[in-house]
Amino acid sequence: MGQGKPERTIRFLGESQTYINKNYERNTTMKSLEELAAIRNKMKDRVALRENNGDIRIVVGMATCGIAAGARPVLNAFVEEVSKQHADNATVTQTGCIGMCRLEPIVEVFEGNKERVTYVKVKPAMVPRIVKEHILGGKPITEYTIGAAE
Amino acid sequence: MKELSLNILDIVQNSISAQATLVKILLAETEDTLRITIEDDGKGMTPEFLATVMDPFSTTRKTRKVGMGIPLFKLAAEQTGGELTLTSQTREMSPEGHGTVISAFFHKDHMDFTPLGDVVSTLISLIQGCPDVDILFEHRLPGGSLVHLDTREMREALGDEIPLNSFEVLEWARESLNEQYGF
Repeated sequence: MGQGKPERTIRFLGESQTYINKNYERNTTMKSLEELAAIRNKMKDRVALRENNGDIRIVVGMATCGIAAGARPVLNAFVEEVSKQHADNATVTQTGCIGMCRLEPIVEVFEGNKERVTYVKVKPAMVPRIVKEHILGGKPITEYTIGAAE
Repeated sequence: MKELSLNILDIVQNSISAQATLVKILLAETEDTLRITIEDDGKGMTPEFLATVMDPFSTTRKTRKVGMGIPLFKLAAEQTGGELTLTSQTREMSPEGHGTVISAFFHKDHMDFTPLGDVVSTLISLIQGCPDVDILFEHRLPGGSLVHLDTREMREALGDEIPLNSFEVLEWARESLNEQYGF
């Protein structure tokens, strides 16, 4: 640890706040790869199970236009909510430009033979509701879709 | 882009489209400067394409004729008095060493410097989207310490059956990076 060296503050503006890094040398308390081996053992059986029922695809547009409009926090919110709400029937994937840049961030939901649902100008705050009511509940949220925006 | 970490996310998508198997994201930071180098082993660009790639009206994409990724990154560097360099070799030019290297240099004390922002979220997004591409991330901080993530090491610890984009694995990567940054 520091040993007389001054503490330094690294400022990350943007999605994060201010953090303090007390260590100058490579951090020795870093999360170990052994923890990954433990995750491996814990997950082995569940992975096989999951692969059988991923019948809903949530696709987030991650081209320059999407990223600039805020697709990264939307993507991460979907990854988190799908796990948190145990929407094991859904997988989250990324795609390039969908061709309607002014409506980014755009998220498309594909399910079996159903018509795809296109959500536009998506914000992270909308994501828990989309997962709960649409992905798990089967009811698309019309007011967030492209039909409502046009 | 509001953060340089978003430019990084955008530029690495190009590497992935170019069928890279390994992408190195290397950040070297001093008190007043930042260098961001993105190096891939993808299919590379021909000299003709390289000459036009800084131009916003150049792209490989078919949905729209404007590719803004590299021009935006270049602008972000140049507006701080820095620069962006780009070198690339196709498979025909170099069967062993093909790929693209983009290196951008920034003066952090310039008023038009864009903050690096949430580079951890960028890495998590990349691993989530492309679990089969390997990523080596190194961030040398001004004090000399190193933040490091190598998906090849993760893959070795996880074995074949657990994909890198499993939620638990992404969380491990996020926590590992946060811990190294001292968050």
